Parts: sequence; structure tokens; C-alpha cells
Amino acid sequence: MKKKVLVLMSGGIDSSLAAYILKKSGYEVIGCTMRLFLCKKKSSEKQCCSPDDINEAQRTAQQLGIKHYVIDKRRVFEKYVIENFVSEYMRGRTPNPCIICNVKIKFGEMLKFAKGLGCDFLATGHYARIVRQSEVRSPKSEVKYLLKKGVDETKDQSYFLYGLNQKNLPHILFPAGDYKKPEIRKLAKKLKLKVADKKESQEICFVEDADYRKFLERRLPQIKPGKIVDTLGKVLGTHKGISYYTIGQRHGLGISVGYSIYVVKIDAEKNEIVVGKKEELLNKEFLVQDISWTVSPPKKSPFIANVRIRYKHKESKAKIYLMKNKTAKVIFEKPQLSITPGQSAVFYKKDIVLGGGIIAYVV
Amino acid sequence: MKKIYLDYNATTPVHPEVLDAMLPYFKDFYGNPSSVHSFGQETRKAVEDAREKIAKFLGAENPSEIVFTSCGTESNNFAIKGTAFANKDKNCRIITSTIEHHSVIEPCEYLSKKFGVDVTYLPVDKYGIVNPDDVKKSITEKTVLISIMYANNEVGTIQPIEEIAKIAKEKSITFHTDAVQVVGKIPFNVKKTGIDLLSLSGHKFYAPKGSGVLYVRKGTKLHPLFHGGSHEKNRRAGTENVPYIVGLAKALEIAHRDMDKESKRILALRQKLEKGILEKIKYTQINGHPEKRIYNTSNISFNYIEGEGILMSLDLEGFAASTGSACTSGTLEPSHVLSAMGVPPEKAQGSVRFSLGHYTTEKDIDKLLEILPKIVERLRSMSPLWEDRIKSIKNAK
Repeated sequence: MKKKVLVLMSGGIDSSLAAYILKKSGYEVIGCTMRLFLCKKKSSEKQCCSPDDINEAQRTAQQLGIKHYVIDKRRVFEKYVIENFVSEYMRGRTPNPCIICNVKIKFGEMLKFAKGLGCDFLATGHYARIVRQSEVRSPKSEVKYLLKKGVDETKDQSYFLYGLNQKNLPHILFPAGDYKKPEIRKLAKKLKLKVADKKESQEICFVEDADYRKFLERRLPQIKPGKIVDTLGKVLGTHKGISYYTIGQRHGLGISVGYSIYVVKIDAEKNEIVVGKKEELLNKEFLVQDISWTVSPPKKSPFIANVRIRYKHKESKAKIYLMKNKTAKVIFEKPQLSITPGQSAVFYKKDIVLGGGIIAYVV
Repeated sequence: MKKIYLDYNATTPVHPEVLDAMLPYFKDFYGNPSSVHSFGQETRKAVEDAREKIAKFLGAENPSEIVFTSCGTESNNFAIKGTAFANKDKNCRIITSTIEHHSVIEPCEYLSKKFGVDVTYLPVDKYGIVNPDDVKKSITEKTVLISIMYANNEVGTIQPIEEIAKIAKEKSITFHTDAVQVVGKIPFNVKKTGIDLLSLSGHKFYAPKGSGVLYVRKGTKLHPLFHGGSHEKNRRAGTENVPYIVGLAKALEIAHRDMDKESKRILALRQKLEKGILEKIKYTQINGHPEKRIYNTSNISFNYIEGEGILMSLDLEGFAASTGSACTSGTLEPSHVLSAMGVPPEKAQGSVRFSLGHYTTEKDIDKLLEILPKIVERLRSMSPLWEDRIKSIKNAK
């Protein structure tokens, strides 16, 4: 009997092609689009999972000749993703909601749901790979599932997936991860899929017009202004509320001191934004919390890995000291710009994702 | 895979005899019924024959009381807005219920928002029944319309229509009923019952989608929604949809011809279905009234899981059912009908409507009873709600 796979279709090109590739490879493919939030206004082009996207996913599924369902995940999305997003900003941190969504919604709730439907696998359009590896030397001839970068380095999305583990990896498929983006695009054109020319969606899906500040305003009526100070504590101006700022931000500070200044720290306790020169953004050492491992924790500590501190950061060599309670201290060999609390630090060995966690603070 | 359709309250296939009756009116007899020539005279006859037939089956006094519309939604909009607009000078009030179809609730909301019409939504009991005393108590001098559905589309509960109609009549208030789920299933007589306005929809009883009727008792104050030609005695402008009108009349004729036999057969199947589910699957209950319910409808709550998972799983096995109304699918909003009946949200979420019809066989029900317990068990084993339940049982021990 054919293996059954539930494909999460966002209405975009990558997940559409994921569905196609799986169908072509002989799976019984079931398409599914999640309704994640309420749209207050007509969606702009780049957004994901608005009613327009749901329709597009449905049209693509029809073109591919697969079944398609819409499933309402608004309540859990609000509970796990949006509430966390808002509270992180309130604490002066810069969250990465996609990472939470992957762990809690896509590969948490939806993977369970897929199994409930009797599916063998859940698939998405992520650019990453899962490689099955059997350890012949081990006595039990153990099987491991490694999470690796996608073939297309420029599109690789493994950063967002470090929260996966041996429980869920065996049941996940990333068919797009074996392709380069231009190949995917070409294939979509060849198939005359309506989504072939669709723009990339990189903004946060539930934030309209990529304006997260406006989104926060609607959610947080009590944003408090405060002081902008330099690293020595000298007051340079006032800010509109710490939630509006992120580490490394240069624009919109409303201060001129004769040279470029950047947000170097957000102090939620004092409700202060600390600014400084670009060099002051450089740091080597930070603490990571809520760490999870794709296979298992490293046997020795410290260990060396390449660490990526945000999606577009080029990972850099670091020494990692494991600590209690899923925390670790990371020390980069060379200082890195804008180590931002709330973002995730992901540990790589070559193209293998070992695990990662959330940056708590710079030491 | 054989597909099994158990969603007849959403829509029905066109009956072959209905299709045969309609076909000549697409290309052989295509005249505009309003035209003077023989082409028009032929189709005028077809329309008026249909009108007479429908009037007879509904128990209308006069065929002119039958107004053809495009669907149930149009009929409901027509009845509600038409009555409100005809009574505009009265600063009017409408009484309806919390379990109406959206095509009743939304026009009421529209009138309330845009025209300041006062709308009272009456509650229902745990079976989904409106209390006629509540209707009586809610009436004021300004009340111009009482609109209570004949039977509910989601749970099938039948309302005490005669009593409510009587109350309306005593106070000379227009009484409208949305009978979309009843026409073709249960016999009734508009005149004897005292109904002023009644909506019906052809595609619920094996006529094509896009055919409907509003029964308008003679003397009922009603403004048209569509303005244009003098069709339907100035009540609904627009060229008559001749083949669909012919089809609707034929479908109603067939429904009445077979009603006795079909209602017994389908009721027996539904009883088998419900008995089987309650026996084979734990933590389930039937929503709606045990007896005062249309014989084809079964709304069942499966605790600890969500209805959409059941629907998808069923569909993958070839079974078509629904959660409540097809018009609100794709959202997890608990059904407004079940909420109004006091079904808690966690149970309402896990509810599925099976609606049986002409082509449902005993084999279909047997097959469903074989597959459904497996589906529910699998979904429960993956459900966070089920996990919580098991945990709480363990903790209690």
C-alpha cells in the first residue's frame, strides 16, 4: 500500500512543489492548509496563510489532483506563537516566531494530527534535509535521523528547525531540501502551477505589511516611553517603548551625536535603550537557554561547533560549555555583531544541525 | 473506493426524473415566459403549471402565493428585509431565534446595524426548541415579524411552528419560517398552520441548486428585493428560470409521492446508525431532540476530538459528512446552534452531522459503523484532550 503523507501547503511555491514531488515519488498525498490568524484587512502580496493563500493552496492542490483540507489552528497559534511573540518584545527581546511555530504547531500539533488521520508522514516545503543513518558499529545497530542543511545553501532553512528531534524526525519529509530554489521555480513553471511566479514570503506571516510595531501597538496598549542612554549611562534622548527596538538597530533613534550609533542593549528592567558605536555591538560570549538536541546532547563539554545566531548570520566557530537546566555558555572564537536575546543560537557540525536554544543574554 | 454521501442536508443530487423533466426547457422550449408569441406561451404554461403544483403540495390557497426565487438564502433575505422595508414607518422589531441559519441571522444583523431595526434572538432549550411562551412575551406593539425556522439544519430539531404561528396571528404579526430542511421531507399545510411567509430551496430535495420559492400568503405586506420588470406580480423582477422552476415542481411531486415510504426507510437507517455509534464508541452523544427531529438528521458529539479531524478521516475513507453548516466550514468556531443549546464548546467542537437521503443504503451504514470506531480511536490516541483526560483520571487515582 502507498505510504500516506500530509503536506502542509501554505499557498507558496515551495510547499506546492513539495506536494508535487511526493506525489511523483509514489506517496498518497493529502494537502492541508492551516488557518492561523484572523485577517483584519485585505492581505498584502507577501503574506502567508491569508484567505488568498488558502485559496491558492486549494487551487494548487486541484491542479496537482490531490485532496486538500483547511484546518483551523487559530487558537493554538494565538496561544503558543502570538502570545510568546508579544511577551518577548515586552521583555525587550527579539523573538523568532517561526521557530516556536515549527516546534509547537507544524511538527507538534500537526504531526500528531497527521498520525490521527492515519498518515505515515508530515511534509513541508522547508529547505532542509533529513538523513537516515544506521550506526553499524553500535551493538543495537541504532538508527539515527540527522537534520541537515538544504542542498541550496542560500535558501537553507535548517536554522528554523533545530527544535526537531528523534521523536519527530523519522516522521517528517522535506522534499524541497534536495533541490535548489531555481530548480523548484523551473519545475513550477514547467507544471504551469499558478504559484510559479509568486514572491518569496520572508516576513512574519501574521504581521501585516512587515510592520511588527503596529502589530504590537494593537496588542499592547501600555507601551511605556523611557530613556535612551549611552554605554556609560549618559542620557541621550527618549524612546517610544523598548518593544519598538532591536539590537543592532540604527535608524529611527532620533539622536545625532556626530557618528553612527546603534542599539547595543535593551534593558527591560530599567526600561532603557542603550546605544553605542558599531564596535560596541561586537561580543563573544553569551548564554543560551531552552536548548534542544536533534539527536542527543554531546558527550563532552565544552565542545566545538559552528554557531549561527540569527537566520542570515554566517555561522562562526565557538566553544560551547554545557550547563544545567538545558542551558549553555557559548564563546565565539572571534567577536560577532549583534548577539540578540530572543533570537536562536543554532549549533552546526558541517551541514548537520546538532541543536540549539534561545539567546538569553550577552555575558 | 466507493464514495458514500451522508451530507444530504448540505445538498442533494438531482433526481433523474427531475432532470428529464427539465431538459426540454433548455433548448426545445426556450421562450421567455413574458413574451407574447407561442414560444413564450409554451414556457409560461410550464411556469404556471409548476406554480400550481407547488401551491397544492404546500397547501397554499392560491398559486399566486408562490414566488420563485434563486435559492433559500434569497427567500430568507426577501422575507426578512422585504417585511422590514414594508413596515419601515413603524420603527419595527423582529423576533427570531439564536439557532437560525446564517441567511436569517445576517439579514437581521444588517437591518439592525444599518436601519436600527430591533432584533430579539430567542433562546432555545437543550434540544434546540424555542419556547412559544418566550415568543409571546417578546412581542411588543412594534413587532412586525416573527421568523422561526421549521427545522434546524444542523441538529434537525423541529419547532412548535403551529403554536408560534397562532401567537403571531393573534397579534396580526407576519410569521415567517425557514422551511428549507423540511420541504420534501415532512408534509405540512401552510394555510392550516397559519404561515405567512415560508422559504424553501430546491436543491435540498433533489432539484438543482439555484431554485427556490418564497411562499407569500395573500395580503402579507412585503417589499421586493429585486426591482425591474413586473415578473412574479411585481414581487421579484427577472426572467423566470424556466427549467429550474419545472425541476423544482417535479422534485416536490416526487418527494410527496415517495414521502411515506422514504421517511420510514431513512428513519430506520438513522436509528441503526445512532444505535451503532452509541454502542460501539464511548463518550458520544446525540444532539437535538430524540423524537421531534427530522428523520434524516443525526448530529453526534465525539468527546475529546475535533470534528474536522473526523471529517477529514471519513473523507479519506470515502464518506462525506459535515460539521454543522457547509456555509461555515473551515473554521473551528463552535457551532452557534450547539452553543445556543448549551452544548459546551469542547463537545460542540467534536460534533459531526450525518444527514441521510434517497441513495443511502443499509450497507452504507454498516460500512460506516465498521470504519468510524477505528477513526475515532486513532484520533483520540493522538488528541491532546484525550491525553489530558487520561492524566486527570490517573491523578484522581
